[in-house]
Amino acid sequence: MVNRLKSLNRKLVRDLWHIRGQVLAIAFVIGCGVATVVLSLGTLNSLQETRDAYYERYHFADIFAHMKRAPRSLLGDLSKISGVRRVEGRIVHGVIIDIDGMVEPARAQAVSLPQTTVSNLNGIVIRVGRLPVSGSTDEIVVHEAFAEAHNFTPGDAFWANMNGRRRMLRIVGIALSPEHIYVLGPGDLVPDNRRFGIFWMNHSALEAIYDLKGGFNDVSLTLSRDGRVQEVIAEVDRLIDPYGGIGAIGREDQLSYAFLKSEMDQQETMAKVFPPIFLAVAAFLLNLVIARLVETERQQIGLLKAFGYSDFEVGAHYFKFVAVITAIGIIIGWAGGAWLGRGMTEMYAELFRFPFLYYLIEPKVFIYGAVVSIFAASLGTFTAVRRIVKLAPAVAMVPPPPTTYKVNALERTGFGRTMSQPARMIVRHIIRWPMRSALTVIGISFSGALLVVTLFFLNALDEMTEIFYFDRERQDIVITLTDIHSDTAVKEATYLPSVMRAEGMRHVPVRLTSGTRSERTVIAGIDPENNLSRLLDINHKKIDVPEQGLMVSDKLADMLGATLGDMVRIDVLEGRRPIVTVPITKISRQYVGIGAYMTRSALNKLLKEGPVISSIYLQVDSAREAELFTALKKVPALVGLMIKRVSLESFYTTVREYMDTMIIVYIGFASVIAIGVIYNAARISLSERGRELASLRVLGFTRQEVAFILAGELAVLTWLALPLSGFFGYHLGSLMVDMFDTELFRLPFIIYPSTYGYAALVVLVAAAGSAWVVVRRVSNLDLVAVLKTRE
Amino acid sequence: MAVASESSDKSHIQTEIAFRTIGLTKVYETEAGAVHALRGVDIELFKGETTVMLGPSGSGKSTFLNILGGLDRPTAGQVYFQDSELTNFDDAFLTQYRRRHVGFVFQFYNLIPSLTARENVELVTEISERPLSAAAALELVGMGHRVDHFPAELSGGEQQRVAVARAVAKRPDVLLCDEPTGALDSKTGVSVLEAIEQVNRELGTTTVLITHNAGIAAMADRVVSFADGRIADVQINKQKIPAGTLKW
Repeated sequence: MVNRLKSLNRKLVRDLWHIRGQVLAIAFVIGCGVATVVLSLGTLNSLQETRDAYYERYHFADIFAHMKRAPRSLLGDLSKISGVRRVEGRIVHGVIIDIDGMVEPARAQAVSLPQTTVSNLNGIVIRVGRLPVSGSTDEIVVHEAFAEAHNFTPGDAFWANMNGRRRMLRIVGIALSPEHIYVLGPGDLVPDNRRFGIFWMNHSALEAIYDLKGGFNDVSLTLSRDGRVQEVIAEVDRLIDPYGGIGAIGREDQLSYAFLKSEMDQQETMAKVFPPIFLAVAAFLLNLVIARLVETERQQIGLLKAFGYSDFEVGAHYFKFVAVITAIGIIIGWAGGAWLGRGMTEMYAELFRFPFLYYLIEPKVFIYGAVVSIFAASLGTFTAVRRIVKLAPAVAMVPPPPTTYKVNALERTGFGRTMSQPARMIVRHIIRWPMRSALTVIGISFSGALLVVTLFFLNALDEMTEIFYFDRERQDIVITLTDIHSDTAVKEATYLPSVMRAEGMRHVPVRLTSGTRSERTVIAGIDPENNLSRLLDINHKKIDVPEQGLMVSDKLADMLGATLGDMVRIDVLEGRRPIVTVPITKISRQYVGIGAYMTRSALNKLLKEGPVISSIYLQVDSAREAELFTALKKVPALVGLMIKRVSLESFYTTVREYMDTMIIVYIGFASVIAIGVIYNAARISLSERGRELASLRVLGFTRQEVAFILAGELAVLTWLALPLSGFFGYHLGSLMVDMFDTELFRLPFIIYPSTYGYAALVVLVAAAGSAWVVVRRVSNLDLVAVLKTRE
Repeated sequence: MAVASESSDKSHIQTEIAFRTIGLTKVYETEAGAVHALRGVDIELFKGETTVMLGPSGSGKSTFLNILGGLDRPTAGQVYFQDSELTNFDDAFLTQYRRRHVGFVFQFYNLIPSLTARENVELVTEISERPLSAAAALELVGMGHRVDHFPAELSGGEQQRVAVARAVAKRPDVLLCDEPTGALDSKTGVSVLEAIEQVNRELGTTTVLITHNAGIAAMADRVVSFADGRIADVQINKQKIPAGTLKW
């Protein structure tokens, strides 16, 4: 037993070596499948574990609320809400800062540190330096991302515009916080750590600066086990209402949490969508190879059985063949997935700020990757191996009956009569094995589809950027004011250097309710003549804000389950907190965030206030921008500043860098599929038709003519696959649009014609390359042997 | 390279040389050492003649045929086809030589399974300069009634006759047959030999036929016996026997 298996194993090794090209090609396809599993689930797992540990260790709050000012006594009331475990009040305020060497002002959020030394909510993690000493009024701890972007170290300092006074702030420490894993400035699409940062200073210092002695303007709460988020939020809202509260939010609405969650959801999506594609292709390829092996080794199988090897032993021998290929694939996948995962984690370390980001793929992820690929491989080769087991030795020893062909319908047409014999051979060979040909076409088309969907992301991002930054937001700068101001401020703004046009807007936080659904958002009050921030319809054309009623963005309408004409209740979360019910009179298309809109006069009227604004949109002469920045750094009423050009640049650098990497990886993946399928199809075709092709060479056909038959078949299959690539790519893209449809952003579903072109080009290059490797072998056909050997 | 003119004048043909070999030697280098397949073969084969080559396995007759057919190259010596020295040609030229001048018949027919009888013949006529029509070629070998059948639908003898039709359809100057009856029973074998004979008679094609079967020698103009890589004997049949009367 041992000895016979020894010789069978030797045969196994030699057979594998003999078709090593095919073995490797298939192993790589399996590898890609396993790698995507390890990459996605490994990263997801790492992020999840890290995040959960971080949140727990540093007491990330469950509920957050902001208000104008509240007395400390309110904290006691809040802590009595059923389900609340801990409450902490603090001061949070937007600040404009002026950093040496930076022309434009930067923005920051000042957060007060708790007065106690016991572990507090949203605890900060000091990375370098120390906390401000008690009683200090100018010592701060800055967020690590901001510090890194400016090369700040303890001892450095910068100017800040706080409550109308310019102050020098001194950095004593650098820290991270679970609240700011993803640091995004207001109005930005991606983090811009140079121009937006978080810093912490003593509570007493901020109290003094913002005239909040004995009070606070921001509160964080954690819940006990039985605490229910929605119930507590409702109660908190009720309690903070008299103090100018603008509505509490749960973790789901906390920006950093939401972005991290969205990224994790994407990883989960990837883990669901991509591995099956690779594994399906791998299963098909294994089936192809094993079926061919059975065909060529038919007599050997018969012989082994005649010698007394059991069906099981012979079956096991071929199963081992599959197992070895799969094992090589799994190892490639493990290594590749771990390697890509490390790269991904490094990219995340830039984007998400954790004090510790262990890239630790749990063994279960590796095991899962292996198990699914073994399952796919077994499924793919089950029928072929079963055929081996069932083959009776006497039948096996007789050569297989010759392949029968038929004249097909295509040839009976006029077109068929014009075909040359080699063309006929190509067509009949394809039609003779319709399933195999179809699966080859589908396999190749998966590769193209993968490329279409990858490049689609670029198209969608381009489109989204174009729509968001150019069609919609046409201003250069948005300044947010500390409080509401009379709209005369708009006119004053036009006197600022370089300003060519200024428009005011009123933003107010609200809760919109339609039926049982309710969403927090902001209503923007827009003047009908405003042109710097436009609203767009479904075709991305400008639409005016309705005179009556409310306009909502499409996603918001969707979230509310409401449509045109439906009544929505507006609970204003600021000021006198009026509640009104208005109809939805228009719906706008919006890819970033959600929003609701009405005319500013209507909003002012609703809020029972005069003609006031809360932000100003500016169009400026970019040549004189620097003068404006210098002036703005001194404007006391400023809390926020968004410079479009800068925001756009940082969007491109961040997103493009990420996308470029992803595209290279996916072009690699797609090529592996295309090469795997075409190389194997070509090798098998060559093996099946070697004798036929050699006969043609003997008959006087040139190498090129013989190569044409082999390459022609692949070319036909590849060409058939191209439109199918587009079809699958289109639908996969549409699936992606659905999967990436979140409150934060949506992808416009647009695939540029060039995307199909590039995808086709990559497939064709991969196809041509792998076909060439095989077709080259036509030169090595043994013309003499063919005269003597029987098929 | 000139294309031989058709002629049925046998006395004239006998004077025109189709192939001439001088000191033809073929050595295969193997791990076990050099194997001498041919050890200096000098021979002349004449236009329009049917030559049968006899000899045991390994005597060198197949190697000799392969070299004549431009499938293999000698280690030393020269081969002339008409006035051209084949040994000087590169691979591309040998392909053209096979394409224009040589028809092959294989032991195992080597028909293209995906093409019908007619299409198998057309495969060759499509790349020839002045071919017979596929129908005429098939008629010539007595296969006119089964032109639209695929190889899988034909018997061995029928397949081989299609193979002969395919080989001669381009009106080759030479027809090389390597054991054409080797895979067939005697009755079917005879029908194939009759087809070959008819082609030789009607088209005047120089025919070289390898066989183990000494019985076939009677249909030849010339019988060449190989032994141990050399020509052991050449006999000229004064009186050829028609293939149809052969028995073995």
